[in-house]
Amino acid sequence: MNASSTRRGSAWWNDERSRELLFQALIIGVVIAVLAYLGHNATVNLRRQGIVGGFGFLSHEAGFEISPALIPYTPADSYADAMLVGLLNTLLVAAIGIVFATALGLIVGLLRLSGNWLVARLALGYVELMRNTPLVLQLFVWWNLLRISAPGPRAAWQVLPGVFVSNRGVAFPVPEYDPGFRWVLAALLVAILASAALARWAGRRQARTGRPFPVLSAALALIVLLPTVVFVALGAPFHLDIPQLGAFNFKGGVTVTPEFAALVFGLVVYTAAFIGEIVRGGIQAVSRGQSEAALALGLKRRHVLRLVVLPQAVRTMIPPLTNEYLNLAKNSTLAVAIGFADYFSVANTILNQTGQAIEAMTLIAAVYLSLSLGLSLLMNLYNRRVALVER
Amino acid sequence: MRSLKRFGFAVTAVLGLVWGDSALAGPTLDGVKSRGVVTCAVNTGLAGFGMPDQQGDYKGLDADTCRAIAAAVLGDAKKVKFIPTTTQQRFTVLQSGEADVLTRNTTWTLLRDTEQGFNFAPVTYYDGQGFMVAKKAGIKSAKELDGATICVQPGTTTELNLADYFRTNRMTFKPLVVEKLAEVENAFFSGRCDAYTTDRSGLAATRAGKASNPDDYVILPDVISKEPLAPAVRHGDDEWFDIVKWTIYAMIGAEEKGIASSSVDDALKSEDPDVKRMLGVTPGLGKALHIDEKWAYNVIKQVGNYGEVFERNVGSKTPLKLERGLNGLWSQGGLMYAMPFR
Repeated sequence: MNASSTRRGSAWWNDERSRELLFQALIIGVVIAVLAYLGHNATVNLRRQGIVGGFGFLSHEAGFEISPALIPYTPADSYADAMLVGLLNTLLVAAIGIVFATALGLIVGLLRLSGNWLVARLALGYVELMRNTPLVLQLFVWWNLLRISAPGPRAAWQVLPGVFVSNRGVAFPVPEYDPGFRWVLAALLVAILASAALARWAGRRQARTGRPFPVLSAALALIVLLPTVVFVALGAPFHLDIPQLGAFNFKGGVTVTPEFAALVFGLVVYTAAFIGEIVRGGIQAVSRGQSEAALALGLKRRHVLRLVVLPQAVRTMIPPLTNEYLNLAKNSTLAVAIGFADYFSVANTILNQTGQAIEAMTLIAAVYLSLSLGLSLLMNLYNRRVALVER
Repeated sequence: MRSLKRFGFAVTAVLGLVWGDSALAGPTLDGVKSRGVVTCAVNTGLAGFGMPDQQGDYKGLDADTCRAIAAAVLGDAKKVKFIPTTTQQRFTVLQSGEADVLTRNTTWTLLRDTEQGFNFAPVTYYDGQGFMVAKKAGIKSAKELDGATICVQPGTTTELNLADYFRTNRMTFKPLVVEKLAEVENAFFSGRCDAYTTDRSGLAATRAGKASNPDDYVILPDVISKEPLAPAVRHGDDEWFDIVKWTIYAMIGAEEKGIASSSVDDALKSEDPDVKRMLGVTPGLGKALHIDEKWAYNVIKQVGNYGEVFERNVGSKTPLKLERGLNGLWSQGGLMYAMPFR
């Protein structure tokens, strides 16, 4: 009220505050009107073409086969089941891709900084080649290589007993489920918890007395030995599901198809190039004085990296790393080009078969949006943990 | 004067769209005559049906159907213009009036015939979905494909027919679903799949065009679906629809009567009243179709009868090596049957 009384005589539309409000209201109004118009238009058009909208189609029978499927699925299952199969495939690719891309990226980043001229140049060449060629082209190269270089299933290479490599993929044995396994798994869990407790104790002791404890080897021994002892004590309840050559393909065991392998491998080596540059940038952002000081204190070179440089570098690396993870998850939609049945590929097929374009597109957007937001959330939580605590 | 006529055209076309149900006579035929060329939407490249040769000249059964229409309407089979289209473009190109007729190995279905607004002329090729396998696999029937990996394109009726067939026969399979045709073909020929499935004519075309040695591959005898391929025209122009329909009947009818491009001149002297009406020796049929009385003569003379067109493009002496089978004359156990010329 004060403002208006001091500017007596000037109209309200000359007031900066009310003008801002007016324009914002106008813009919101226009956006709502456009959305309402588009919605109305779509409804009218759909009705005119006699297309039944809504998500009711999801419960209808899908009628097409999907392979590979992580859960039991037949063409008699619903479109919703088909989408779930695709979604699980996408999640698997994203999870494996992110883990391996991070590991490879870390190595590439460190190699880029190597004092060895040749190693550093090779790493640079790798990064430039990967970053500057289209991902879809790389995927085609990997897929064709895998398909052409391996023999047919009847002439499959048996690389290890029970492990077969052919152009149908890599078939390997998996342990069959046995009730006794529960105890083995329980023993593994106990061993992991005990190792964590041991690590805590060792850390405290080192802080107190300065005496180190071989945590890594102790934990490894615990994790390997305890389940093995339980396993043997139970009379080794072990039974392998070994791949057998059927009329056309290997039956039994688990088969990793060339499409899946090409997609994961392609995404990993592509994304690792970007992650490598992030790692390099992160490490170079840590001032040289830090590692010089650590060396002066007598730390070994690998300890300098692990204990002094990387913890500080991680802080600057997390936000761009999150971006790369999101890119990897979204790039996995290129699976459609090389015949891997990911969520996007399955949803596209459903769109084609049902003609429910708006609904299918909405579902595709919703899934990738949730996937990306979920990933961002996790990374932000981690970021908060490692960020500098400011007091 | 000409622009006035065009304007009249536009007005009639718009009115036709607004009122919709009025069966308009003539805009397509008038358009074709004034342009002096028949415009056909064809495949971008399917051997035997519609594919440009090294000179850029379209060859194939569909291309010849288009030429036959030009011969009937304009008296010259060369007065054609081809628009190469993909599966997604084909219907829009016809709907928008860019093409006069769609001759592009298109399956006649109820929804296309109704909701999508097309009329289908007689079937020019009766097709069905089949399987192709490598000869060395020693497979004789699709029933032996239990457990096989099968290459297929996504979002097609082919994909659904495939799952239905295996379910019906209580068999399992692993699909390899790839979007681009060339990539599916590559995957199959590199041995990634045990079988490739699509329309059987498509299998023959792929085998002839893409296999390094076509004799290494066999198309199994099993046919698991019906795919009648027919030319299509827009709803609402009955005159044009009649012309396209009867051009095809003329080719089939000529084969029934044993008239080929080489013998059509002799047939002009025939005493058979059917032949005399068909070839315009006895006038009337051309007038009824609003085209030249010599229409069928021109079709047979310049393009040939159905049997000639079949053998030239997809028959046993071509790389596709397709049998007449269902596409033989009705009198020889096939489905080709011309309506009476009277």
